Amino acid sequence: MFFLLARLVQATVVMLCVALVGFLVFQFVGDPVLSLVGQETSVEDREALRESLGLNDPILLQYARYVVNAVQGDFGISYSFNRDVSEMIADRLPATIELVMLSGVLSLLLAIPAGIYTGIRRKGGIAQTIMALSVIGVSIPSFLLGILLILVFSVWLNWLPSFGRGDVAVMFGMRSSLFTWDGLSHALMPAAVLCLFQLGVILRLIRAEMLEVLRTDYIRFAWARGLPGQRVYFRHALKNTLVPVVTAIGLQLSSLFAFSIITERVFQWPGMGSLLLHAIGQSDIPLLAAYLIFVGLVFTISNLVVDAIYVLIDPRIRHGAL
Amino acid sequence: MFERIRSDFWYELVNSPVTVVSAIIIAVMIIGCTFAPVFAPHTPFDPATISIMDNNMPPAWADGADPRFLLGTDLQGRDVLSAMLYGGRISLLVGIGAVALSVVIGMTVGLLAGYFGGMTDAVLMRIAEIQFAFPPILIALLFNGILKASLPADVFAQAAVPIMILAIGLAGWVQFARIVRASAMVQRGQDYVTACHAIGLPTPTIILRHITPNILGPVLVLAMLQIAVAIVTEATLSFLGLGTPLTQPSLGALIQIGSQYLFSGIWWVVIFPGIMLLVMVVAFNLVADWVRDYLNPRLR
Repeated sequence: MFFLLARLVQATVVMLCVALVGFLVFQFVGDPVLSLVGQETSVEDREALRESLGLNDPILLQYARYVVNAVQGDFGISYSFNRDVSEMIADRLPATIELVMLSGVLSLLLAIPAGIYTGIRRKGGIAQTIMALSVIGVSIPSFLLGILLILVFSVWLNWLPSFGRGDVAVMFGMRSSLFTWDGLSHALMPAAVLCLFQLGVILRLIRAEMLEVLRTDYIRFAWARGLPGQRVYFRHALKNTLVPVVTAIGLQLSSLFAFSIITERVFQWPGMGSLLLHAIGQSDIPLLAAYLIFVGLVFTISNLVVDAIYVLIDPRIRHGAL
Repeated sequence: MFERIRSDFWYELVNSPVTVVSAIIIAVMIIGCTFAPVFAPHTPFDPATISIMDNNMPPAWADGADPRFLLGTDLQGRDVLSAMLYGGRISLLVGIGAVALSVVIGMTVGLLAGYFGGMTDAVLMRIAEIQFAFPPILIALLFNGILKASLPADVFAQAAVPIMILAIGLAGWVQFARIVRASAMVQRGQDYVTACHAIGLPTPTIILRHITPNILGPVLVLAMLQIAVAIVTEATLSFLGLGTPLTQPSLGALIQIGSQYLFSGIWWVVIFPGIMLLVMVVAFNLVADWVRDYLNPRLR
């Protein structure tokens, strides 16, 4: 319990730091008054606006106000869209989430069996082929892979659409393009690109852990007891590979969010990543700061969840031995 | 570290043809790109020497090609091969420069934390742990993005290369700090360090002259792997339009330019820089893998 509490405190500190960066960007980049009023506004009016916006208050007070507003989901108005920033994020979020979920599920479904297989039969032909392919999967930059897929499947073969999200349908109260064939065909290439890098990383990690565990004394003892292979591999070995694998999956899931910026750009997927790149291009500071804080939150929460899962699967942490 | 280059170094190297080929590729690329003005058949970014009449030429072996342009030309008539050599120069410069910065920061932090322990260790490693939770590419992207949004466009374009070295270098130091700290903690307990204390050597001398040489092995392996990562990060930032300006494109920016004309069938402007980037990254990874196995004989 103490472990989780300490993590919670640390997470709060991290979020305050991220908010500080967001606030500093706000503070030192551009002048909010200038971006709100036109040329003809008088100096007195500007000063009045400055006062009413609280920009003359002590900097700590302004930071506190910024944090309080951010906690309530108020990140101000976007300069370039003239809309509520939190509303815009809420608009774009589902597209990114569906992409991240689809590729996350895909990579786990492929990586876990492949990692176990290559760990057990590490000298076999299939395992060697999988490992060679995973080197390429880890090495190839995801934007390059995306462009190559577009070149082959959209330009040369004309099988799949190369940009956009396609048709969106409502099911179970959620709007998603994953519920229509057209939407799925649009999501296939971006999800594959996003999944491949994670696939290589998780596969190699699971394989390395399997190799490590299979060398230990208790596994040798299990063989000596004459247990069937299935039982040794899946009941005895697999369990002990889980701890590092769970951390890696947690980290990988949040880095899917980061890599989705690239994938969304390549396939013009209308999600959070496209929004961020737009904000940078237009110097849209409120949007940029809000994105920063939002991503910080996603990362902090996913790390907390990973820590909580630790407590569940590793009794040594529960009993304070670590 | 140097006494660890044992007599079996060349034997092991020759027994791994993949590594030899990779090392040759890296050497050729570094020489070719560093002396790009000498080797490149054209000067692609000098408007006086390019002609719009030469635009969109396919590679030399395809129909309608011009033998002057081995890998074809782009939309503005620039020679793709020359642009790749100049672009590769920026990619290598940023990749190696950023890793050098990461090594300096990471080794400083790691040595301080590992040697002194206690509060120094706790504070430095907590900071490292927090940064480690965020993927380096995201940190570099946001760092570059915030600077791009806040600096005037021409200032950012001028300083693009140093800014990228700074962004990628700052994003990558944590891994160096972690391995250096772990090694420094082991070394601190060794008898030779106690002996150094006993003969009255000052602490900075012990750390720099006696401990540092003993932890360079793993740093070297990580640095080679990180060069590959830094090159990919640079290419990605440039592809997203956050990196090098279009007047001075790196490999990533070249791919971005080419990707706009995919649907007009001009594939060579994308494919060749893409292949060069991929080969560069894979070669660095393979050499790093070999060096790691070489320095760690247990894995053989």
